Amino acid sequence: MAKQKWYQPYLLGGLAGLLLTASVGITGSFFGTSTTFPRLSTWIADKVGIDLSHLAFYQAGNGSLTGAAFPDWQLLFVIGIGLGAFIMSRLNGSFKLESLPPMWAARFGDRLGLRIVHSLFGGALVMIGARIAGGCPSGHGVSGVSQLGLSSMLALAMFFLGGIITARILYQGGK
Amino acid sequence: MTLIMGLITGMLFGALLQQARVLRFEKQVGAMRLLDMTIVKFMLSTIIVGAIGVHLLADLGVVSFSPRGLSIGLQVVGGLLFGIGWAFIGYCPGTSIGALAEGRYHVIWPILGMLLGGMIFAFIYPLVQAYLRPLGNFGALSLPDLLGVSHWLVIAAVALGAFFLFRFFEKKGL
Repeated sequence: MAKQKWYQPYLLGGLAGLLLTASVGITGSFFGTSTTFPRLSTWIADKVGIDLSHLAFYQAGNGSLTGAAFPDWQLLFVIGIGLGAFIMSRLNGSFKLESLPPMWAARFGDRLGLRIVHSLFGGALVMIGARIAGGCPSGHGVSGVSQLGLSSMLALAMFFLGGIITARILYQGGK
Repeated sequence: MTLIMGLITGMLFGALLQQARVLRFEKQVGAMRLLDMTIVKFMLSTIIVGAIGVHLLADLGVVSFSPRGLSIGLQVVGGLLFGIGWAFIGYCPGTSIGALAEGRYHVIWPILGMLLGGMIFAFIYPLVQAYLRPLGNFGALSLPDLLGVSHWLVIAAVALGAFFLFRFFEKKGL
């Protein structure tokens, strides 16, 4: 695998900006991914027969926050990210099966159980936080800041503030 | 039509994220540990080009948009919770799907965590609306609106700031 050129993140990021512009121009759709997770959660609950329709969440926005909104642009966008990443990782040879993130394993050891605990706790916080804030690094970070929205600039700053402080504590003394 | 466009847009975005290596745990946690700024370079480049693009479309009258509502309570509390969790899992919602697709199957655990969080949010939604949203609620507000200047001036300032930040990163080899 060739060493990555220094300008690649800028060039590829710029192309993503052109893609965002085209998406907004053609279908009026800004990038966003996090709403798909509560939609999928409620869709699964519905499929396994758990009735949660009494929750106010199900009535909000005429059900647009729940699985009732499927299939929508964002669901297909999220599936597309997976397809595109799969094809590209095969093309450039960087597809690799990995059971633990190497940096995590270097700090915490080869401990799948601990990784699962970190993941469930952290993943739940990520999604609760994203939905409280009203977006994630794609919805707020890329789409919202491109619109020069103050809410998105504040959310993005808080994502990094929370992340930098937590990473400092978690990886203290690590390599 | 909209669905097919969503799929195509997602595929192109996923391919760009993958080629830029930003789907990786090491790049995301590396940024939070201030060791590797790849994701910041990618994201800021997307934002600058995207900001020029969508404001050009708006000026031409092709599209209209307004930023999401500003609530200091929602964005500070939600943003910090997101950040804490982000450092634990090393992925954000969009990159998690891409990471799974490039073979990093350990991301299945963070994805399950995020689905769990999505369900918890459905339960706490009324509390969030009642107690957090009213704190510092200003509605849809953009930085050019607040400053009372042209959006192009703000975009130019952001681009200039990013240029100096990028130069700093390259000098430090981040």
